Amino acid sequence: MVLIDGIVIILLAIGIFFMFVGAVGLLRLPDFYTRLHATGKCDTLGEGLIILGLIIYHFFYYSGISLIPVKLLFLIIFIFIANPTATHAIVKAAYLTGLTPWRLGEERR
Amino acid sequence: MFLFWVLLSGLFDAFHLIAGVLCSAIVALISYDLLVKGNGEKMLLKGVRLLLYIPWEVWQIVLANIDVAYRVLHPKMPIDPRVIEFETSLKSDFALVTLANSITLTPGTITIYVDPEKGKFWVHALAEEPGDALLVGQTMQKKVADVYMEW
Amino acid sequence: MIIIFLVTGLLIVLTILLSLCRAVVGPGVFNRVAAVNVIGTKTIVLLIIMGYYFERPLFFDIPLLYAMINFIGTLAFAKYLERGELWS
Repeated sequence: MVLIDGIVIILLAIGIFFMFVGAVGLLRLPDFYTRLHATGKCDTLGEGLIILGLIIYHFFYYSGISLIPVKLLFLIIFIFIANPTATHAIVKAAYLTGLTPWRLGEERR
Repeated sequence: MFLFWVLLSGLFDAFHLIAGVLCSAIVALISYDLLVKGNGEKMLLKGVRLLLYIPWEVWQIVLANIDVAYRVLHPKMPIDPRVIEFETSLKSDFALVTLANSITLTPGTITIYVDPEKGKFWVHALAEEPGDALLVGQTMQKKVADVYMEW
Repeated sequence: MIIIFLVTGLLIVLTILLSLCRAVVGPGVFNRVAAVNVIGTKTIVLLIIMGYYFERPLFFDIPLLYAMINFIGTLAFAKYLERGELWS
């Protein structure tokens, strides 16, 4: 039992670390396009790891065959497809409207 | 789609099953253009190859996040963004969508614009090395073309 | 073990507050749309963790539905900003 606890805690900790990196990247990076790099990649993976940890927790603590891990698996697959697509839609809208990317040496925007 | 309904609800008596059949039929009727049409040559083989391609992609996602974490948390923030343009030879919609998704999820690049007729991609790269890996090395294009057999 | 879920939930709320700063400050509309998308995806995880914290892991249709709503909302906003109208 302690082993399963340890695995779940490690997965949750790594997931929350990546989410923090994503949020700090939102505040620290100098331009809109670079900020979307941070959130588009880190959010997706952080959530994937957290939900994976919760699936493992559910298997070993709640008895009985239920369909809840299957629903959570669907949620992971949906997030892996939907988050990059939403990021791409917003970047395309910004580029075609005329927001210019940041080059090295300019000031923050 | 009917299997999806049964899986999500979890109840197996007659009333819910008939309701499931009705709802699936209505949704399939409304979205006929999007879901049912489409070239279906050798779909099963492409599906199996897609499942084999996914573990490599998950490994790339983990590498991408370690790379972004290093660049964000470093006190000097070594980024050097630029916009790159390149061409591929993939034609079908599904292959272009998979490649765009993979480019967004791999270290250091985001797709900006996809031109469906000529196969042009505009890509925003975070630093010099990931952009070059996409432009010169061409490992990702080869892998996606292997999945959809269009090389 | 249940305490771990409480700590996780509080850390996610902290992350949401950090994104809210970017939603308030960010110059222009695109930064704000990106911040709202981030807040939406964090809310999904917060709902699931709260489900496990109160020991009722039953109602997980709601986060699935909210994920879809958030996705479609962001897509509709991006389409409007690109073209100036929603239906052609």
